[in-house]
Amino acid sequence: MSETTQDGKVAVTDRPSPDDGMTAAELAAKYGLSVSGARPGLVEYVRQLWGRRHFIVAFSQAKLTAQYSQAKLGQLWQVATPLLNALVYFLIFGLILNADRGLSREVYIPFLVTGVFVFTFTQSSVMAGVRAVSGNLGLVRALHFPRASLPISFALQQLQQLLFSMIVLFVVAIGFGSYPSLSWLLIVPVLVLQFLFNTGLALIFARAGAKTPDLAQLMPFVMRTWMYASGVMFSIRAMLADHPAWIADVLQWNPAAVYMDLMRFALIDGYGSEHLPPHVWAVACGWAVVVAFGGFVYFWKAEERYGRG
Amino acid sequence: MAEARVPTVIADELHIVYRVNGARTGKGSATAALSRILRRGSDDAKRGVRKVHAVKGVSFTAYRGEAIGLIGSNGSGKSTLLRAIAGLLPAESGRVYTNGQPSLLGVNAALMNDLTGERNVILGGLAMGMSREQIRDRYQEIVDFSGINEKGDFITLPMRTYSSGMAARLRFSIAAAKDHDVLMIDEALATGDRSFQKRSEDRIRELRKKAGSVFLVSHNNKSIRDTCDRVLWLERGELRMDGPTDEVLKEYEKFTGK
Repeated sequence: MSETTQDGKVAVTDRPSPDDGMTAAELAAKYGLSVSGARPGLVEYVRQLWGRRHFIVAFSQAKLTAQYSQAKLGQLWQVATPLLNALVYFLIFGLILNADRGLSREVYIPFLVTGVFVFTFTQSSVMAGVRAVSGNLGLVRALHFPRASLPISFALQQLQQLLFSMIVLFVVAIGFGSYPSLSWLLIVPVLVLQFLFNTGLALIFARAGAKTPDLAQLMPFVMRTWMYASGVMFSIRAMLADHPAWIADVLQWNPAAVYMDLMRFALIDGYGSEHLPPHVWAVACGWAVVVAFGGFVYFWKAEERYGRG
Repeated sequence: MAEARVPTVIADELHIVYRVNGARTGKGSATAALSRILRRGSDDAKRGVRKVHAVKGVSFTAYRGEAIGLIGSNGSGKSTLLRAIAGLLPAESGRVYTNGQPSLLGVNAALMNDLTGERNVILGGLAMGMSREQIRDRYQEIVDFSGINEKGDFITLPMRTYSSGMAARLRFSIAAAKDHDVLMIDEALATGDRSFQKRSEDRIRELRKKAGSVFLVSHNNKSIRDTCDRVLWLERGELRMDGPTDEVLKEYEKFTGK
């Protein structure tokens, strides 16, 4: 009892101050104190995030390097892993299942490998996003930084991973007769758009995963379903040849299929625009802008709540 | 004199609640989890989410230049209160107002064991919000302070190869490289061997001089007495006493039976 009344007294009795009797909020306002851990405005948030760009890049590179640092072959695995992946898919879908309906062998192999790599980029961005906040609670509870740094950094890590895979992809494309040409330049805008889209997804799932960590268990199944529905290892158009064309159009407008098809179009000689759905570039831009912007705002809205256990 | 008392941190009826999933019965079986989900009440307690009320209505005002100690037995909410002041843990209700950005001393969570000490210095610095130039300027200072290279070129080896003492020294050196407005130290004093402890205590004293206010959590009454001129005593999440160091410590020692 005596202790609790002592609270104010000790601080005040020896030095009377004009601030006596003010409420905490008034006192804070008078001396220009701000609420700790409050969410900044959207513009201010973007500014803070820009200030942390070096951290975002360094964190993504550190994660990438740390991945294989214990292996004897070290960073060679960055290229070896996608190569082995491509081999496995080739073995199963190219040799055993003969899924290359409607495409010649020279087109199908690079078609398959491109599909696998491009989809893996989206898939691993989502999976990393789910754990971006919930798996780094220690970091979130110890240091100040805009929390969006984490999902963005993880998406960036996946982009760098994909760039390693592109080395393998180029070798495969050339090996099957698609030589570098001007159309290869289209790879750059495709990668930029897909990266924007993936970052948006990572942000959305980072917020969802922070609230419901169970998503980390559920998402692999969702992603696998999405993979099989997006024509990673078969041509949607050829599979649905005897159905109305609009069904194939709708399926091909799904973002994963859009980015895969654009990448194939850019890279593979025998994969012309007849394989693309109408308005494909507009759809690609639309997905990228809407998901990136929407995801960012959605993530920012819960900024002050990340870190609650 | 009265004008000189500028508040830097104001806590107003602060409550912090942790929510722990699936800890209600202590049974982790799948059927228990399922029945928890199926029992759809809006009530958290019914769905097996257990609440831990770690800080209960704490209010105080800290002024510029004060060094404040936080004491209390284990689990009394000291570290939680510190994190809430730093704005790292969202409050259930109540508010904390601060001047500038309070920072916890510590970067452990940002460092990666698989990376070299060198890269960890850079990564840790960036995580604390230092610029690349600041890190470049301080780099040698950090490495020298940690003493990692005293026994050979260890800074270019991955951190997982360090002994636990060496890793702790490097972590402290990185964390202490930045100046803070409101500095919070959570029992960081006792790391490394004796000579390093001495060095780190000096460094903390230096940081304290530059900082606007300092909060120190410690179980060591001596270091509280040396450092702080005011002490908050927390017990079971409630502020039990707030006053000059000597008075509060006397009561606290009586309470703990020393």
